[in-house]
Amino acid sequence: MDFAFSLLRQMRDSLRDLAPVVLVIGFFQLVVVQQPLPDSVNLLDLFTGLLFVVIGLTLFIQGLQLGLFPVGEGLAQAFARKGSVFWLLLFSFALGFGSTVAEPALIAVAAKAGEVVAEGGLIANTLEAQNAFAFNLRMVVAASVGTAVVVGVIRILKGWPLHFMIIGGYIIVLLLTLAAPDEIVGIAYDSGGVTTSTITVPLVTALGVGLATAIKGRNPMLDGFGLIAFASVMPIIFVLAYGLIGV
Amino acid sequence: MQFLTILFDTLLDILPIAAIIFGFQYLVIRKKVKHLPQVLAGFVLVLIGLSFFLMGLEQALFPMGGLMAEQLSSETFLPALAEGAQRHWSDYYWIYIFAFAIGASTTIAEPSLIAVSIKAGEISGGTINPLMLRIAVALGMAFGITLGTWRIVMGYPLQWFVLGAYILVIIQTLRSPKSIIPLAFDSGGVTTSTITVPIIAALGLGLAASIPGRSPVMDGFGMIALACLFPIITVMGYAQIAEWKEKRAAKATPAASRN
Repeated sequence: MDFAFSLLRQMRDSLRDLAPVVLVIGFFQLVVVQQPLPDSVNLLDLFTGLLFVVIGLTLFIQGLQLGLFPVGEGLAQAFARKGSVFWLLLFSFALGFGSTVAEPALIAVAAKAGEVVAEGGLIANTLEAQNAFAFNLRMVVAASVGTAVVVGVIRILKGWPLHFMIIGGYIIVLLLTLAAPDEIVGIAYDSGGVTTSTITVPLVTALGVGLATAIKGRNPMLDGFGLIAFASVMPIIFVLAYGLIGV
Repeated sequence: MQFLTILFDTLLDILPIAAIIFGFQYLVIRKKVKHLPQVLAGFVLVLIGLSFFLMGLEQALFPMGGLMAEQLSSETFLPALAEGAQRHWSDYYWIYIFAFAIGASTTIAEPSLIAVSIKAGEISGGTINPLMLRIAVALGMAFGITLGTWRIVMGYPLQWFVLGAYILVIIQTLRSPKSIIPLAFDSGGVTTSTITVPIIAALGLGLAASIPGRSPVMDGFGMIALACLFPIITVMGYAQIAEWKEKRAAKATPAASRN
């Protein structure tokens, strides 16, 4: 019974996320564009697709709250208290990496990036080459988030000031932008924004808050946030470097 | 059949995090997982849910974003062009309005943003107004996307815009009240939800594909990056204004009481 309730509540949240998009697009279609839909777009497909999005997002988030989040948060706190820096850093990397691989927004953007890069002639225009590019991109971004969490954890342990490190990250981004091929720049900048959504934020925040509470003199609010801020700068650096080394 | 392929791919996607969680739990921490059946049921839900979402993404979210970009930039929709004349960027005004509407409407009602802004209001002791904060984030997001579409229309390099935004963020970080900084950076991440990211990405790529002289690879990306950066700027800007008003009010009150 409880489960059915929380499922319904989750579905209401998913619908509320989707509603503004559908309303704005519907308004533009009916009032501004006033043209019949092109043949490539089937209205029935759109509606079933939206239904899939709502059902999918509802089950996905419900499943995260049931399984991944409680265990992940418990682990994060256990490692924060364990006192072994080696295991803590290894776990930090693994947590950042693993949660980013399953991030839906990243899967979506990586797939689009593969398509676009293939059409642009930068890689072979085959489905395999596209999928390989999308897969590599996701692995690079996942490794970058893993590294970001490690750097963020070291920062919490050492108590280094946050803004200087973020500003330093920005400067590295700008220097790499000058050197990296122009085609990768847009993809790199966008990959910084897609990593911090559904799975990564709660798990990584739990690690930061757990650590900040375990270490004396750290502020949970400030330190939990710091990990996320790194997780949105580091992917840009890694993807630009990936473009430099060769796609 | 198609669903089975997606289901299998999704299984590979969530395998790493499952392996990491259970691996560390059993091999390093060496404790049993509490409520194991419930946790396993959760993983199955994640698998099915993510598969459905990815299917709906291909079927609805990507096509919708692309369709809007294509229709709003097609020659039949845009104002008629005189013989041989160049199209002016302002002809695409419906695209800017659409981008602004999508950005503002998806952000203003975002549940996590509402929760964060109420909390920020409590922490600040009344200096920060929760509704104003939400408006600041929504305006930042809407402005970021609108600027992103304008950039694609003009074909300017993304670097300039990101560089400019970074410089603003750095200056504001050094000048803003310390307590607002975490919140400001967080608000950049809050705006890009799992539903809005694909729509915005498809909108940008669709625009770059249908505007003459632009290419999706060179011009299509960058909307998400700008949508994340500008809320940081508007939130810190709002905090600075709120602090300045507070100071002015504090100065004005003693002066008034003396008279």
